[in-house]
Amino acid sequence: MAAYPSVDAIARAAIPAWKRIHPDLNIEVISRQITDHHTAMMTALATESYLPDVMAIEVSYLGRFSRGGGLENLAQPPFSIEAFKPEFVPYAFDQATTKTDSVVAAPSDVGPGTLLYRHDILQEAGSTIEDLQNSWENFVAVGIKIKRASGAYLVANASDVVNILIRTGVRSNQGLYFDENDQPLITTSRFVEGFTLAAQIRKASLDAQVRTWSTDWAQGIRNGKIATLMSGAWLVGHMSNWLAPQTRGLWRAAQLPQKTWAAYGGSFLALPKNITASKKRYAWDFVKLLSLNATRQLAAFKSEDAFPVLVNTYHAPFFDEPIPFLGGQRARRLWREAALNIRAVQVHSQDAFAAEVVNTALFKVLHEGKSIKASLAQAQRLLERRVGR
Amino acid sequence: MSMKIPKSLRISPAWAPYVLLSPFVTLFFIFGLFPLGFSLYLAFHSWEPASGLASMSFVGLRNFEFALRDPWFWKSMGNTTWLALAAGVPQHLIAIPLAVFIQAGFKRFRNIVVGVYFMPYITSTVAIAILFSSLFSTDYGLINQALHGLSHIPVLRFLVPVGPIDWLGRPQYVKPAIAVIVFWRYVGFNVVLYLAALQTIPKDLYEAATMDGASSLQQFWNITLPSIRPMMYFAVTLSVIGGLQLFDEAFILTGGHGGPDQAGLTTALYLYREAFDFDDFGGASAMSWVLFAFVALLTWLTNIAFRPRNRSA
Repeated sequence: MAAYPSVDAIARAAIPAWKRIHPDLNIEVISRQITDHHTAMMTALATESYLPDVMAIEVSYLGRFSRGGGLENLAQPPFSIEAFKPEFVPYAFDQATTKTDSVVAAPSDVGPGTLLYRHDILQEAGSTIEDLQNSWENFVAVGIKIKRASGAYLVANASDVVNILIRTGVRSNQGLYFDENDQPLITTSRFVEGFTLAAQIRKASLDAQVRTWSTDWAQGIRNGKIATLMSGAWLVGHMSNWLAPQTRGLWRAAQLPQKTWAAYGGSFLALPKNITASKKRYAWDFVKLLSLNATRQLAAFKSEDAFPVLVNTYHAPFFDEPIPFLGGQRARRLWREAALNIRAVQVHSQDAFAAEVVNTALFKVLHEGKSIKASLAQAQRLLERRVGR
Repeated sequence: MSMKIPKSLRISPAWAPYVLLSPFVTLFFIFGLFPLGFSLYLAFHSWEPASGLASMSFVGLRNFEFALRDPWFWKSMGNTTWLALAAGVPQHLIAIPLAVFIQAGFKRFRNIVVGVYFMPYITSTVAIAILFSSLFSTDYGLINQALHGLSHIPVLRFLVPVGPIDWLGRPQYVKPAIAVIVFWRYVGFNVVLYLAALQTIPKDLYEAATMDGASSLQQFWNITLPSIRPMMYFAVTLSVIGGLQLFDEAFILTGGHGGPDQAGLTTALYLYREAFDFDDFGGASAMSWVLFAFVALLTWLTNIAFRPRNRSA
């Protein structure tokens, strides 16, 4: 199996259970950093050589990998993954389903989006979480209060809110950036609203203007300069383990503002077409062990913060346990609700390029004072040039 | 006592050159000629890599047409040229006098001094990435701290920016930040080249000039510079080729993305992203051949600028 960090650890931890089913078959887990892993997998598919039997794919790469015909359609026998569909959290299964109803991968973990906020800073500003959540307008208004009371920034970067708002109100059969006919959707209201809110936040100096995972971002989280974070539930594990363990007890989790449901990350397991039938059979067994075995799914959740895709794990006592880093909050219940409410968006092979173009358009609005309409129109034209390549 | 090789294992003199050359030729074919040929082939094809090699289809000149009309490609060419000039020219303007200074001023410790300057050239890019990301950090970086310190000096107060600079988050600062790293990495390499050239200049030329009353500056302009001209040609050509293929420094400092508003997106980085991030191997290959034509053109111009002049006139 070829995987990237966290998924590799989850796979290795499943080997003893695998050995109990197939004592004579060893599993080797080849691990690479996430970008290198996907480059290596794309090269393996392109050249049809050095293909692993099981290939982990992160959700942001799913569109590119699903476009080619290099991955096995798991909807067909002998896999017939459709039979297991009710067991998976709905959006994750739909995410792996293409326009032609092929299922290119089995979901193995999801990243329900959550709003993490500094409880103490919010209290200092005399606001409640409800104020922060009610609407995006209130979100900004609370941000102004926070800045006045504590000097902390509402968000790390104004672009964080765009990433959520463009996910709000995506019609079925539509992608984030392209519609079902491959036409870019950059000038639609989703983008206009997202950009407008980001511009408001920037104008009021409510964002720290730092990039996610940068030194300044990490430092801002540690020293209370950033009051809220919008991310996948998995971020809590990182914060508690290495990012900001000293802030233990100060953070809380909530649903994203205005009842927005968004996913941040998620992993899938695919089988390359060009491996032998016997290997494929065992590879499928291993995929089932990782994706459809409740014990393994819960073990991965406990050890790697990999949120389960199996709905029947959602009533395990672990979901009701308090999380010390979040001041004893039972936040997993929130994330469970989010996971069940998120809707899949169609992935597109040009999503990576489109995300880059949208970020650039936003940058021009926030830093160069370009009008939102002109900036989005330029982005739309750039994507129109790309379609069909 | 000498061991005799059995006759059957002996290579005939006629075959010996081919056998001895074969390791290089084999490696060159695999890692040199084949990728070149394959990239040229790809430049005329559309390819969905996740579908395997069989999915290639011939598209004629469409990839070149796309490359030449792609705004981001031209933006990357502009960035690359800017960086090649901003990082390349100072390298030589500093390396030449520095080499002269090291040659004249250091006898016993010359190798240590040269070693210090050469060190960045052989330092791992990962170490450089960690070092410079930390140095260029907005709120906690040493560079902004130093600038802040300078702002307390009355004379410098007006020259130093008031607030911390977001080096990697603003287009106007990303390119200078990359240029600084490129300069820092390669100035030592050029010093080594120029030192080697300086050591080939006969000492009696300087002795004769001193006796004729020539000043140090006159000796530098009339003896040193003309004598190291062939090395300047070599070093500048390397800088032109290296500068136009700039990848590592831009990649590590911008996290592989090219920075805000693609300000740090060099052409080499863009065509890498085009292939491996955006899956357009055909377009990327076409761009690489356009870049090759540009590099060839500038190398030819460098040749014209530095080729030996006819002194007979």
